Amino acid sequence: MLIAVLTLTVIALIAGLGLAFAARKLPSNNSELVERVNDLLPQTQCAQCGYPGCRPYAAAIVEDGAAINLCPPGGNDTVRRLADLLGRSESPPLATGPAAPAVAVIDESLCIGCTYCRAACPVDAIVGAHQLMHTVIEQECTGCELCVAPCPVDCITMRAS
Amino acid sequence: MPSPAATYDLGKLHGGLRLDARKSASTGLPIQSPPLPEQLILPIEQHVGEPAQPLVGIGEHVLRGQLLAESPGTLGAPVHASSSGKVVAIEPWPVAGRRGDPAPCIVIECDGEDRAVESADNPAPWAETPPDDVLRKILQGGIVGLGGAVFPTAQKLMQATAGELEYLILNGAECEPYISCDDMLMREHARDIVSGAQILLHALELDCAYIVVESDKPDAIGQLAAAMTDAADERLVLKQVPTIYPSGGEDQLVQLVTDREVPSGGLPTDVGCLVQNVGTAAAIHDWLRRGEPLISRITTITGDGIATPMNVRARIGTPVAALAQFAGGYTDSARHLVIGGPMTGKSVSTDRVPLVKATNCILVLSDLPQPGPELPCIRCGECAAVCPVQLQPQQLFWYACADNERQLRSHGLTDCIECGCCDLVCPSHIPLTYEFRMAKARIREQEAEKARAERARRRFEARNERLQREQREREAELTRQKERAKQAGPDAIAEIMKRKQQDDGD
Amino acid sequence: MTELLVILVATVLVNNFVLMRFLGLCPFMGVSRNLEAATGMSLATAFVLTLSSATAYLLHVYVLVPLELEYLRTITFILVIAASVQFTEIMVRRLSPLLDQVLGIYIPLIATNCAVLGVALLNVQQSTGFVQSVFYGLGAAGGFALVLIMFAAIRERLDAADIPAPFRGSAIALITAGMMSLAFMGFAGMARP
Repeated sequence: MLIAVLTLTVIALIAGLGLAFAARKLPSNNSELVERVNDLLPQTQCAQCGYPGCRPYAAAIVEDGAAINLCPPGGNDTVRRLADLLGRSESPPLATGPAAPAVAVIDESLCIGCTYCRAACPVDAIVGAHQLMHTVIEQECTGCELCVAPCPVDCITMRAS
Repeated sequence: MPSPAATYDLGKLHGGLRLDARKSASTGLPIQSPPLPEQLILPIEQHVGEPAQPLVGIGEHVLRGQLLAESPGTLGAPVHASSSGKVVAIEPWPVAGRRGDPAPCIVIECDGEDRAVESADNPAPWAETPPDDVLRKILQGGIVGLGGAVFPTAQKLMQATAGELEYLILNGAECEPYISCDDMLMREHARDIVSGAQILLHALELDCAYIVVESDKPDAIGQLAAAMTDAADERLVLKQVPTIYPSGGEDQLVQLVTDREVPSGGLPTDVGCLVQNVGTAAAIHDWLRRGEPLISRITTITGDGIATPMNVRARIGTPVAALAQFAGGYTDSARHLVIGGPMTGKSVSTDRVPLVKATNCILVLSDLPQPGPELPCIRCGECAAVCPVQLQPQQLFWYACADNERQLRSHGLTDCIECGCCDLVCPSHIPLTYEFRMAKARIREQEAEKARAERARRRFEARNERLQREQREREAELTRQKERAKQAGPDAIAEIMKRKQQDDGD
Repeated sequence: MTELLVILVATVLVNNFVLMRFLGLCPFMGVSRNLEAATGMSLATAFVLTLSSATAYLLHVYVLVPLELEYLRTITFILVIAASVQFTEIMVRRLSPLLDQVLGIYIPLIATNCAVLGVALLNVQQSTGFVQSVFYGLGAAGGFALVLIMFAAIRERLDAADIPAPFRGSAIALITAGMMSLAFMGFAGMARP
């Protein structure tokens, strides 16, 4: 009886120690996977998913098991592609509805040149200087809407593109 | 009777179909010359690449051969006036390229005199012009691929000279049913084609050209052989290929003539070959030898909806209605108008569309072939047997329905030449070519989206870098100021503090 | 040499663990929707199978039998298998985080794969030498991999095909597995393991 217990304990100890050693010596490296998930996201950096940008959301998906259906600019297509990449059999519908593609437009007659919107734009799509006219470069605007709130004269609207 | 100067050592073409040619109706008469139309409608985009920008204004009087529009970017071709007259409008007009929808066009009202623009002082004969200059001259002539792809010829030649070229191949195959314009060109203007081939060989600095004709054109072969004998140029070789559709496709022709397979996603230049239509070669001859830019082309008008099917040499910009009139008018059973051939042409809704550089055939039919209702795929495999690119249309169809982009790519969807062979043999009448076109459009859209996302990501990362750099510079500046203040000594610091209190007081 | 070859053929084709003995059906059905996942899974299972069957055999012959503790066979083998699986998970996470994400819970579930425990116990039952045991494990792993990859390839095509609604998903997959099993019956009698 004693021998049986001892034998099992010894085997278990050896196995456990070996595994602890292996875990220490072979840490996991998620950065490549985060990169691949980030490549599938639309890069609007709008924070509508609840994370402060596309790469943080990608990291959350890989490391924290965040849901894959939180990105409105990506639409259902992005959810499906993420599900394909990560081997999920179901691709849930978007948590909020899909966002129609839009660009920001500054009403030049109201703009006071305060540069708040320029600082807010994550892709530097607004040109302008202090006390000079600002305008949105339509080709670079991703429609993230982060410039609409900071404007003190409410001169920015979203126009469907 | 063995064909004169023809050779039979060919590569293998996979698949393809033997189709009913239906060319005899339009090859009975020699090439006709219709009278000048009242109006010429010249679209500014008759080629692959950026549309040309008009250089003339409304009300301006132009001469035949005058430059009307120039392409601004790297890929494009100029547009020349096909006859003399007055520019009456630059406005949208229905065009065949958009199936009858409007595109911007320059409209000229012809004055009937057909006066030509005065050519510059006698240019040096092309044989003495350096090859680069010849290529530049071809660019100015508005020459584009006349086989139907209308890729700007000069740019195609320039891109080709960047690599290793071995053979020039002149495409006289004309494999699509009904179309016979190249056949008639080879019969009546074989010498122009041979001359064009020599100019191309000089411009590309090559020493071997194959002129390829299908075996159902014995007259053309005879004429070309005679012209080649007269030219006595050993660099030119005449080859005959079996009459199979689509042996006239660029990649298929390269495989047949040189037994080299163009790699997936690649071009014939990757295997050392360059393909040009015989019409393009003749157009190069016209421009370099006679000073006439691309202002006319031979077109087949045929079909059971036309009273007298024929081939015509018409000015670019002639309305199709005028040509149909010249060909005896429509018959009572005429229902559908197709610009191009029955396999790859586009059906248009109006005959007001003009003849453009791409128009190799005007087909008027009494009824379009009705394939029957679409049934489920029975996996018979006939489509794979006839595909000239050796794809598997059956699998592509399933993956297109499932919208599986990864599998579509790995099965070679982008190599599909949209020839239509699989459609013809499918016993369930599935519109395969249409599905593939849709799938290709979806893939292109996804790629465009991806490119946009990539650009946004790079801008975002650049912005982050900029903010970090500005932060670092601010901190460095602050440290420097602190250092300076410390070195200056306690008196200086007291000074600064006093000044600050004064400022606060104000 | 011939004996080892016979063992291989017998375990891969004739007495295939999945299709003839119906062991290890959980990953067979669960991981076979995607060819890359299936390949990864079969490699992981192969690794675990070979490692654990070798270790289990050694433990049995050199520890359990001398100490007259054969009755502890099952629990010891499970201990060994669990340790191997944990080690495999560490390796997979290190070498390919994507595979780890894709396979998800199925890697730890290799520990409960009856094929793995089955191989270990059968080895001991047949009381052959060490090399034969290793080859037995390799053959079992090879057979499992072969069938899993074939099944995944078929399922990828099934996904895109026009299956009638009542049959979609698991139903057609099980029917396909049954047909594969029927096909493999053709190997019966080729070799006695």
